[in-house]
Amino acid sequence: MRLDLAARELTLKLVYYGPALSGKTTNLRAVQRLTSAGTSGRLMTFEMRNERTLFFDMMPITVPVGNGFNVRLKLFSVPGQLMHEPTRRLALEAADGIAFIATSRRSEASTNRESFLRLHRNLRHNGVDPARMPMVVQFNKRDLEDIHSDEELETIGTRSREPIYKAVATRGHGVMQTLHGLIRRTWSKLEEEHHLEDRLGISPSSSMQAVESKLGNQREWRTS
Amino acid sequence: MADIMTQNDPNSADIVMGDVARLEDVLSRASAASLCKSFFALFGLPVRVLSQDGELVAEARRDRSLCNYLDTLTEGRRRCSQTLEEARGIQPEGASIVHPCFSGAVYRIVPLFHQQRAIGRFIVGPYVPFDASSPPESLRSVESIDAGAASTHFNDMPRAREDVAEQICAHLKEVLELLVFSGHRAQLASTMHVASMRESYRELTEKNDALTESNEELKQVDKLKSTFLATVSHELRSPLTSIIGYTEMLQSGAIGTLGDEQSQILKTVHGKADELLTLISSLLDLGQLESRTLDLQHEVVDPRALLSGIGSTVVPSANRRNIGLDIRVAADTPKIWGDPIRLRQIILNLADNALKFTHQGGQVELGAAPARVDLGGPAGVGSALFTGNRPAVALHVRDTGMGIAEDKLSRIFEAFYQVDGGTTRVHGGAGLGLSIVKQLVDAHGGTIDVTSKPGEGTLFTVTLPAADHDA
Repeated sequence: MRLDLAARELTLKLVYYGPALSGKTTNLRAVQRLTSAGTSGRLMTFEMRNERTLFFDMMPITVPVGNGFNVRLKLFSVPGQLMHEPTRRLALEAADGIAFIATSRRSEASTNRESFLRLHRNLRHNGVDPARMPMVVQFNKRDLEDIHSDEELETIGTRSREPIYKAVATRGHGVMQTLHGLIRRTWSKLEEEHHLEDRLGISPSSSMQAVESKLGNQREWRTS
Repeated sequence: MADIMTQNDPNSADIVMGDVARLEDVLSRASAASLCKSFFALFGLPVRVLSQDGELVAEARRDRSLCNYLDTLTEGRRRCSQTLEEARGIQPEGASIVHPCFSGAVYRIVPLFHQQRAIGRFIVGPYVPFDASSPPESLRSVESIDAGAASTHFNDMPRAREDVAEQICAHLKEVLELLVFSGHRAQLASTMHVASMRESYRELTEKNDALTESNEELKQVDKLKSTFLATVSHELRSPLTSIIGYTEMLQSGAIGTLGDEQSQILKTVHGKADELLTLISSLLDLGQLESRTLDLQHEVVDPRALLSGIGSTVVPSANRRNIGLDIRVAADTPKIWGDPIRLRQIILNLADNALKFTHQGGQVELGAAPARVDLGGPAGVGSALFTGNRPAVALHVRDTGMGIAEDKLSRIFEAFYQVDGGTTRVHGGAGLGLSIVKQLVDAHGGTIDVTSKPGEGTLFTVTLPAADHDA
């Protein structure tokens, strides 16, 4: 988190992490498409010819949260390919919250796990306790064949410490829910640590309301 | 509040947050200047690009006759510079601002944003709005102004309709913001690239250090092993010598007459004890060689005498197996500088091997010839510094035996290595011979090479330094 009292601006860094081709950049594109006009800035991507992320993607979102304060959400996504480990660590630095984008396909289960373990290693390497990092998990690509069923995800959800979201990012389904969930978790941790309400007069509930109404368009993914 | 403030330097425009500190850092002055120039050429409107703190980044304009004329008047000059200063000081927060000049012209100030933050602005003007027909009162009332001149110069000013001006400014804004975006993107890419490289380098260095450390540990273990080997071999040899001694006493009949069967058994005991002693001696040699405690007694050795001595040792077993034995020493072969006992051990070992692996009716040749050894240095590089070689002797042992497959050649000098497990059972030996030979040659500062063709035979060449003077 970066606080600029002069500009009355609070910047949060939210990182989309996950295995290669799980749809991190697609999530950012969908967020850009679904937010109300003028809310999100230009999406900066570093892509190679085959649409694989090279360094990261980055997109700012600015939301007024009351008491004259603006919150700038800087959405980053990391490259998923194994070879980019050092870049991933750099992109993860100073993250306030993480959305882990997993693929719903059964065949990708071990890839998801491997990527998640690497995330933990990278966080620890950066001096961050993974248990204290606000995190949500998104099971993306719900429109594919051979995926974990809704029932399975429900079971997983009851066991999971992180809230679970279902999504089809290419169609924008579940993308905003994931982002809202991530902001909510990140915000409550920051409130707990820094007492933003007492110190800056920004209340968590009204901020979340402001964020949710500004980010709008809540197209939830339902299978039925 | 201090604990909330970020630990990173906010001026670094760092990759962590992907922010930009200043317009000048991400907008190329040259590109901005070219853009202003073409804007001015196309629309005839002067333009200046300023950073957030008001520094001029680029501009394109020509002094207009009205401005030049006003500059000659004291009040005109004062008011002109005041207006321009005001215009340059305006920081619009959202939409562009039109700032009027007393001359009837206007300045249009347009903010530039990047990542939803104001990063600078540009000023278009002065220009006269399209519908202004005559100079305003504020111009005509300037002290000691000539009304006719003022009117002529006023009509000479560039003009633009406000809606058109707004459109073209919106376009320029879009293009400038795109230039900033691309500049920032390029800047991030290069910093990220360097940072990633640095991180990879750090990671590699760490791994390298770990490898070096484990290599050191392995060396320690290896040294321990050698010491252990030497100690154990020594301790094994003492009781074995007693066994052989007592066996020989029994065999000599000094203790009592032995029956045929008893003699036969004692002969076997003696043979096996001898075998064991040879093996232990080899182990001891290897241990000493590996721990580099073997003492070499260097002296001048005549290769001819060396080879014929070995020839007479092995000729009985060659004859037994009907293998031809040749000794060829070239006439001008120099003497060798080495330990005669160890040199004999080297060649005898190679000769024994040659006989062992050569079929009946085959041929084994021992030879010596003059050679040169390089003084060292990397091959081909800096040869000016490493030129020169010294006289040497190449001793060789050639056989027409079964040969060694190419992929096995590089391993035959390893301790306990046998080309294939089966050979041990057929030919005996613990796989120590060649390892000891190699280490003995190394200890002499020489080299050993092997070439072989399966089914055709093998050639070992041992190159050793020659004695300085033929004695």
